[in-house]
Amino acid sequence: MSDPSRRTMLKGAGATLGAAAFARAVAPITEWTNDLSVEGFLQKHYKELTVEDMSAVLARIERETEEQYGAKVSVEDVRPTPGVQFAYALNLSVCIGCRRCAKACHEENNHDRATNNSYIRVLEMTNGSLNLEHGTVTYDHAVPAPGKFYMPVQCHQCDNAPCVRVCPVEATWKESDGIVVVDYDWCIGCRYCEAACPYHARRFNWSKPEIPADEINPDQAYLSNRIRPQGVMEKCTFCLHRTRRGKLPACLEACPTGARVFGNLADPDSEIRWVLENKRVFVLKEDLGTQPRFFYFFDE
Amino acid sequence: MSTPSSEQEVHEHGVTEAVISYPQFLWKALGVATDGNALFYVWMTALTAVWLVGINAFAHQIVQGQGLTAMTDHVSWGMYIGNFTFAVGLAAGAVMMVIPAYLYHDEDMHDVVIVGEILAIAAVAVALAFVNVDIGRIDRLWHIIPFIGRFNFPVSMLTWDIIVLPGYFLINLHVVGYLLYMRFLGRKPNPKWYIPVVLLSIVWAVSIHTVTAFLYSGLGGRPFWNSAILAPRFVVSAFVSGPAFIVLALQIVRRFSDFYVGHKPIVTLINILRITAVVNLFLVGAEVFTEFYTGGSHVAAAEYLYFGLHGKNALVPWIWTAVVCNVVAAGIFLTVDPRKNLWIIDVACVMTLFGLWVEKGLGLIVPGFVPSTLHEVVEYLPNALEWKISLGIWALGLIIFTLGLKIAVAVFTGTMHVDAAHDAGEV
Ligand code: SF4
Repeated sequence: MSDPSRRTMLKGAGATLGAAAFARAVAPITEWTNDLSVEGFLQKHYKELTVEDMSAVLARIERETEEQYGAKVSVEDVRPTPGVQFAYALNLSVCIGCRRCAKACHEENNHDRATNNSYIRVLEMTNGSLNLEHGTVTYDHAVPAPGKFYMPVQCHQCDNAPCVRVCPVEATWKESDGIVVVDYDWCIGCRYCEAACPYHARRFNWSKPEIPADEINPDQAYLSNRIRPQGVMEKCTFCLHRTRRGKLPACLEACPTGARVFGNLADPDSEIRWVLENKRVFVLKEDLGTQPRFFYFFDE
Repeated sequence: MSTPSSEQEVHEHGVTEAVISYPQFLWKALGVATDGNALFYVWMTALTAVWLVGINAFAHQIVQGQGLTAMTDHVSWGMYIGNFTFAVGLAAGAVMMVIPAYLYHDEDMHDVVIVGEILAIAAVAVALAFVNVDIGRIDRLWHIIPFIGRFNFPVSMLTWDIIVLPGYFLINLHVVGYLLYMRFLGRKPNPKWYIPVVLLSIVWAVSIHTVTAFLYSGLGGRPFWNSAILAPRFVVSAFVSGPAFIVLALQIVRRFSDFYVGHKPIVTLINILRITAVVNLFLVGAEVFTEFYTGGSHVAAAEYLYFGLHGKNALVPWIWTAVVCNVVAAGIFLTVDPRKNLWIIDVACVMTLFGLWVEKGLGLIVPGFVPSTLHEVVEYLPNALEWKISLGIWALGLIIFTLGLKIAVAVFTGTMHVDAAHDAGEV
């Protein structure tokens, strides 16, 4: 080993071998880069996109959805209406825990089929306690069960939202109508917001969502139910692609008991205002100061 | 003090000289870094192999997503963020050499402080690597760069970490690079070029771990983390893991190189460990008392960690092993005479490194998520892929640490030095 030229040669051989091994190790990456487009990579933050930028982005998403999922969809950028302030209330006295809201959410929002994802989790609670420790989401029997009541939980669209505060790249923010949204094309997937949320409202796309073409809801919006990319955060948007166009959220329409009340807080004649003014209303984990836009109430 | 004009001359001379000698420094450093005895080659080949296994696993994770890990929407941070936290502590702990060396002018420590600074560089690199493998969209990393992306500063604590961690990396890189380069040139380092930076690094070391603690303790929805004592706990445990690692590293350097490592710096570090290991136990105890004596739903996470909850107890064996390791190690630091039985202290260092790795890693991160915010108990333990990636990153850290030490030793022992002026540039 003392001969310097032999030594250099050995070093060279070692380096070549190392480089070859490295190339082998990273080879799977090529599969991933095929899926990435330059436009997608360079795309700016939602709030920095011009009207032309946005229409190019929407066209790209529609094209990619067709290529990757085989479905023709329309993706729009549906903006908030000035003066509208959305809020949601849920009547715990009538909810029977049938989970139809969760199912409707799953279908409306193009969730991954395999994981049966939904933005709503329904807790079965024991009468006499509002303590979440005594609740379960995995109940599996006829509902409503005696001695139980049911508490669906979804994004509370907090006015003082911890998830918005912690995001390092401003990929999630509160819109003027009160809805907290995620720019799926800007999120880096650090999941800090998921750790910050006290309501288990945020979901991560651990893998690329899979949905058969004929089950895809083609009526999509950029900030809500378009099929999310792998590796980014998602959440309930109060179905903004519906509600901003005057329709009701999918979960409300699916509810067989009328437990759900949705509307514009700024409208004094709205049902939501009536509920908040006349019912015994509470919010979950009020002590955290999150100021939810999602309320629970009891009858009588 | 020289006049301005002569200073100018010196400066210009320095610049021309640097143009020739700095590339030479790098070139020779590369030579030293790739040259060694059989043991060195075996060690480096083994590390490289582990690293490559990690890289390969990471490549698969990039393609198929974090769904390949054991993480879920219930436990959405795991092995990676746990290791990240521990690595930040290791980096911050290196400052326990810098303080005696520079603030107390401990000459013996001063001679070997470079080992701590190189550890800081390697450990920050490890910490940053763990963040990179944790995020879902590595291709969007540029979104986080200040001025180029959108930087939610100062509101998001994560943006603070993005400033302080690379900052700490650069600070230590500067100090190490400058000192080695000056030695390489055979010149005396100019204090004004590095002493202020060293002093800054002391404050900075505390800041990296404080900011990392605030990352968790600022979340009101996670009672297990939402504790004012978390930042002090982090800093103190860093002052255990850092010195423990360096005590071992110094002995390895002493054994495998010609670099002179006296007994005194090691004893100084053990004296530091005597205090920090006990204070760390005290802080953990204070936290545990508050949790369990208060009771209520606040205690659920701690209960899960130490005793299991609703029959789910994946972390229980880990945390109790860690507790035993930390307690026994503290006992050893307090009672064993390092001049007589250094090897027992070495065992204690290994034990406490493992203990803190659990306590600050899985033992800190996972109970933040169990029970979940809706009180579901979904467990988590890292799977094979997460182990591969994590071990790969630690191997990378050891590669950086080994090469850094190797170059430093070559410079300090005089085997690597600048060529005489007339043949500068030829190598
Ligand atoms: S996961 Fe996405 S939205 Fe959430 S904090 Fe990280 S970058 Fe922001």
